[in-house]
Amino acid sequence: MTKLLETVALEAFYGDFQALFGIDFAIDPGETVAIIGANGAGKSTFLRAITGLRPTAGQRVSFDGVPIAGMPPDRIHSLGIAMVPEGRRLFPSLSVEENLLIGAAGGRKGPWSLQRVYALFPDLVAKRRNPGTALSGGQQQMVAIGRALMSNPRLVLCDEISLGLAPKVIKDIYRALPVIRAEGAAIVVVEQDVGQALAAADRVVCFMEGRVSLAGTPASLSRDAIAAAYFGIEEAA
Amino acid sequence: MALVAVTLVAALSLLAAPWWASRAELRLLMEALSFLALAQMWNMLAGYTGLVSVGQQAFVGLGGYLFFALGLSQGVPLLVAIPCAALATAVLAVPTGWVAFRLQGAYFAIGTWVIAEVFRLVAAQFSSLGGGSGVSMPAELVRAIAVSPASRETILYYVALAIGGLAVLGVWLLLRSRWGLALTAIRDSEAAAESIGINTRRVKFFVYVLAAFMTGLTGAFVFLQKLRITPEAAFSVNDWTAFVIFIVVIGGIGTIEGPIVGVTVFFVLRGIAADWGTWYLIMMGAIAIAVMMIDKRGIWGALRARFDLSVFPVEHRLEAAKDASGTATTPVPNNTDRIASC
Amino acid sequence: MAWLNAVVQGVLLGGLYALFAAGLSLMFGVMRFVNIAHGDFIVVAAYMILGFVVTLGWNPALGVMATVLLLGAAGYLNQRFILNRVLGKDILPPILVTFGMSIIIQNGLLQLFSADSRKLPAGGLETASFDVVQGVAVGLLPFLMFLTAIAVIGLLQFVFYRTALGRLLRATADDPEIVPLMGGNTAHIFAVATMLASLVVGVAGIWLAMKTNFDPAAGPSRLLFAFEAVIIGGLGNIWGTLIGGIVLGVAQTLGAQIDAGYQILAGHLAFLAVLVFRPTGLMPRLAR
Repeated sequence: MTKLLETVALEAFYGDFQALFGIDFAIDPGETVAIIGANGAGKSTFLRAITGLRPTAGQRVSFDGVPIAGMPPDRIHSLGIAMVPEGRRLFPSLSVEENLLIGAAGGRKGPWSLQRVYALFPDLVAKRRNPGTALSGGQQQMVAIGRALMSNPRLVLCDEISLGLAPKVIKDIYRALPVIRAEGAAIVVVEQDVGQALAAADRVVCFMEGRVSLAGTPASLSRDAIAAAYFGIEEAA
Repeated sequence: MALVAVTLVAALSLLAAPWWASRAELRLLMEALSFLALAQMWNMLAGYTGLVSVGQQAFVGLGGYLFFALGLSQGVPLLVAIPCAALATAVLAVPTGWVAFRLQGAYFAIGTWVIAEVFRLVAAQFSSLGGGSGVSMPAELVRAIAVSPASRETILYYVALAIGGLAVLGVWLLLRSRWGLALTAIRDSEAAAESIGINTRRVKFFVYVLAAFMTGLTGAFVFLQKLRITPEAAFSVNDWTAFVIFIVVIGGIGTIEGPIVGVTVFFVLRGIAADWGTWYLIMMGAIAIAVMMIDKRGIWGALRARFDLSVFPVEHRLEAAKDASGTATTPVPNNTDRIASC
Repeated sequence: MAWLNAVVQGVLLGGLYALFAAGLSLMFGVMRFVNIAHGDFIVVAAYMILGFVVTLGWNPALGVMATVLLLGAAGYLNQRFILNRVLGKDILPPILVTFGMSIIIQNGLLQLFSADSRKLPAGGLETASFDVVQGVAVGLLPFLMFLTAIAVIGLLQFVFYRTALGRLLRATADDPEIVPLMGGNTAHIFAVATMLASLVVGVAGIWLAMKTNFDPAAGPSRLLFAFEAVIIGGLGNIWGTLIGGIVLGVAQTLGAQIDAGYQILAGHLAFLAVLVFRPTGLMPRLAR
């Protein structure tokens, strides 16, 4: 089976500063992979590189066998990759419903529609005419996820969707993931909440200072190994 | 080093100009020095403080009219009237700036233009200064400066040289001072500058009034030299803003040497294109656009970056500490883009 | 009576100023940049309609369509291939490039058409009028001009708030970095915004040609009027721009009533007054 998304030796720079040092990553269709790591580890940079927000020309990134390195973000989006950006980034001038509708601007067909999104997040129905940002943090996150789903993606990239939310709200949000997965989308979740990541994912990848420090299924990784990979603590011989 | 030598030679020849230059050449030099002063001021505002103004003609005209008012109506000796007019311009710049600063960015730019238009229309209402058709400087007042035309030209030339020199040195000293650091901080990031305690509004206001003073000073001189002032000429956008902006942009914005290069290029081009009429202006506009799209640092900016040149250094550079063998022990900071959280 | 008449004329004049301002307001709203050549493009449109209808003798309806569409196309191309390249965090390059364009256009027009003042003869439209109230006559031309302004602004409002394109435009105004993640091509969206603004500029230029004398150097004052109408009305509100235009127009006609030479100055002073006392404008962006 071709990998849905694959990167080989991916690098990323901000001017002279190198943020990613040769990331090898792959995800199968329908899989859920969590990327964990401390602040500054390069997780968001990685997602931005995949979506085309960071330059990747000349490197090896492929989506369903098609090389996408160096493509503009809107073309990458049309191939079926959608992002739930860090910090939600809803459009304040648009209502909740308009924020969802704009997610479908790319015109891809699929199972997701306004009705299905409202069914997944019923809290939003009463708020559909509100300005996108006049909602609680959790509801905004639902809108951001719904906006990504409206494009009927084959791969959803979730950047820190638990950021700034109360534990109960985080659990509500994460209840949506299996439903998304059931419709066939692969999901990458970037998370600082390790427990949530382990619970939701088929596989876990840990980034540290721009490199993959650990990878495996949640069951096969011990807490100690994860902590070491997360924080970069050298284990005593 | 060679560059400093060239600059010294140029400065000395400028000082000695009344001896080697013809009358026509002297007038050209005076015009060039006036534009140099205006260009330094516009550069100080836009290149260093981030205040883009397309309304500096307001202060050129104000300086000119206040000079005529002082000289004609109040009987102030003309050479004294020049700095007095400049001071009065600076005073009027305070309420003017207060109004203009209610706008930001590009809207501030156009706001300054509206203000200049108001000044023009108001000036045309003053019949004592000729109303819409303007007024000429009476010959006897001019003769009071010096009896012979030659000595008058010499005196006026040195006034121009003083104004040009004051503009260049003034900006240089300002930028090397603590004010200069504040300006650079504000230009790079106003929010960051505020957060470290710089009162950005006060700094910007100070620079605005300072520019108004010098611009008014230059305006007073220009219209003394022309011996006649009209609202159209005094507040002309083309003469006092378009040409000045082109000079700064083509020469190199954000550098002190840039306006000097720009004035030279401008006058050379004007000499070549003297008979072209409107095509000359079209060409200037096209060059300015091209500079913005190809390399917005302008001629000097590009040269400086390529060859690491500097005649009027204003940057503060960090040098790495070196150990005994001469290799750097601490890394020299680089200019990195802002780093998003990963 | 003369004063009432002045007010009425001012309101109708405000329609023209609103047309000048609508395009400027649109471009600033979506892209945060001011086109200093805005007024000059209006004058270009005026020369175009003059050329089509008078010089070439075309049917006026055809001339109108050609002018508006050509301006729209020029706006799209200008934005897509020149202005997009200088848009960014630095406000200076767009100001300088459009300033350069302004100088080029003014002098180009001067080269082509000479400095003579021109006007588009509008025949019966210019002379017809009707009495609103005893002693207050409203010319047909200014009245239709005012109606056009309302129609254009209403149309823009519709596009912005009731179409998918409008959604994209508003989203791009909010957060241009994220829009490509939804599949929007910002280079194209910016160009469409300028195209819309340029269509309005075309309409504005046609009315300018009919209403007043114009010459190659008339651009900058139209820019200033447009700018003043936008600021008086308040940023972010298209209907506010109409109110701003009306306030400016009335200020000007009242000033002219006192003394013909005071017209423009009165408008500037009204603008400054708003700037001093209500810098956010009369109808700043209402929360939706």
